[in-house]
Amino acid sequence: MKSLDFSIVIPYIHLFFRGALTALEMAVLAVLIGVAIGTFVGLGKMSRILPVKLLCTAYVEIIRGTPLLVQLLIFYFGLPQILGFTIPEFPAAVLALGINSGGYVAEIVRGGILAVDKGQMEAARSLGMTYGQAMRYIILPQAFKKMIPPLGNEFITLLKDSSLATTIGFPELTRAAQIVAGNTYRPFEPYLTAAAFYFVMTVTFSFLMSIVERRLAASD
Amino acid sequence: MIEVKDLYKNFGELEVLRGISTKIEKGEVVVVIGPSGSGKSTFLRCLNLLERPSRGEIKIDGKSLLDPSTDINKVRQDVGMVFQHFNLFPHKTVVENITLAPMKVKGVSPSEAREKAMELLERVGLADKAESFPSSLSGGQKQRVAIARALAMNPKVMLFDEPTSALDPEMIKEVLDVMKDLASDGMTMVVVTHEMRFAREVGDRVLFMDEGKILEEGTPREIFENPQNPRTREFLSKIL
Ligand SMILES: Nc1ncnc2c1ncn2[C@@H]1O[C@H](COP(=O)(O)OP(=O)(O)OP(=O)(O)O)[C@@H](O)[C@H]1O
Ligand SMILES: [Mg+2]
Repeated sequence: MKSLDFSIVIPYIHLFFRGALTALEMAVLAVLIGVAIGTFVGLGKMSRILPVKLLCTAYVEIIRGTPLLVQLLIFYFGLPQILGFTIPEFPAAVLALGINSGGYVAEIVRGGILAVDKGQMEAARSLGMTYGQAMRYIILPQAFKKMIPPLGNEFITLLKDSSLATTIGFPELTRAAQIVAGNTYRPFEPYLTAAAFYFVMTVTFSFLMSIVERRLAASD
Repeated sequence: MIEVKDLYKNFGELEVLRGISTKIEKGEVVVVIGPSGSGKSTFLRCLNLLERPSRGEIKIDGKSLLDPSTDINKVRQDVGMVFQHFNLFPHKTVVENITLAPMKVKGVSPSEAREKAMELLERVGLADKAESFPSSLSGGQKQRVAIARALAMNPKVMLFDEPTSALDPEMIKEVLDVMKDLASDGMTMVVVTHEMRFAREVGDRVLFMDEGKILEEGTPREIFENPQNPRTREFLSKIL
């Protein structure tokens, strides 16, 4: 058995840092897209207008019922066939992640809204507020608070899933490890290093979230 | 002022209101009593269309609520409601709870809304709690804020659905006192309650409901001292 020698990754360490930053960037953008889509789709799933409800339900089911990797491949390799042009790797990956995330966030939004006491909507409506006003001023602010912990988990998932962008050749963190492995003929150390980078980021974020959650709990 | 004619409401198979008819005059305080599940809450909630009646007629000031051309949100501005569990907005301060609807629904200016809110808080004895959050209030205080919140819309009628049922005994009086004060001020009120003393002292009329119907109605004196219907007698003997 040969021993591990992490010094071989040191000349490439900037690639890992840059890759980690890219992963963060992708996750942040994707979660923003996910929240934007998810809010509408989540509300749409609760709509009384049947076509809207069906469309939004279908979106969630399709997104959650197919692998993200396949979605990403369709987006990057499949779409150009119809569009006639290629979407560059970074926007393709971020969009695929964000659209995927939208399906999950929709469920988080719906869950958050359903978790708000029914009496809140009744009180708001009994004061003459429209459904929209009640949602905007009363239900959504409370639902959002309930959504923060699961959105934190969603962010962590996206951070890890950004590694799938390797398959379309985008130089994010996992790709960095791949390159180093190819150059040094030693795959174990670079992949372990990438894993450590992901781990430090997710653990740090989880820790920050636990502080936020404690704050939220205290303000209830 | 309120006219209810042959009101029916069912939830699927379950018929909860089965032909309610009554008239409520301006300034009248009507107390609704009856066993659990008799449809008291449903009746009250039909009066501001939180429940949509299956058939029948409700008119407020001659205006039909069930007419498709009636603006429900407009109607609700005139009908205040106080809930058993207060339903204050937990993410807003006491004063914000009160000013929100006048500002957003009626377009009242923030300063005017606030002035009115402070007046109302003074009236329910909670002016010092204006900047507190609901979570820091006792049950009785929460309910008084809820009453102030409903009053801020200048309603013509106030509906109370068991406003003291969720309160510790020592807090019931402070809420009933606010309600008495309102009644003596001439507010039209429909109150579902188990507080028989309140019904006797403040009520102009008592409705006894059972199985979705008004079985008996009369002055508190008539109902409490000389009930005619055997079901009324049976119910009163259990709670008095
Ligand atoms: N949204 C609803 N869906 C289905 N059934 C309902 C609904 N709301 C009320 N009911 C039923 O209607 C009946 C009457 O309910 P309601 O709340 O009006 O009674 P109540 O007289 O207010 O009783 P309580 O004294 O317990 O508050 C009950 O059997 C209840 O289970
Ligand atoms: Mg009830």
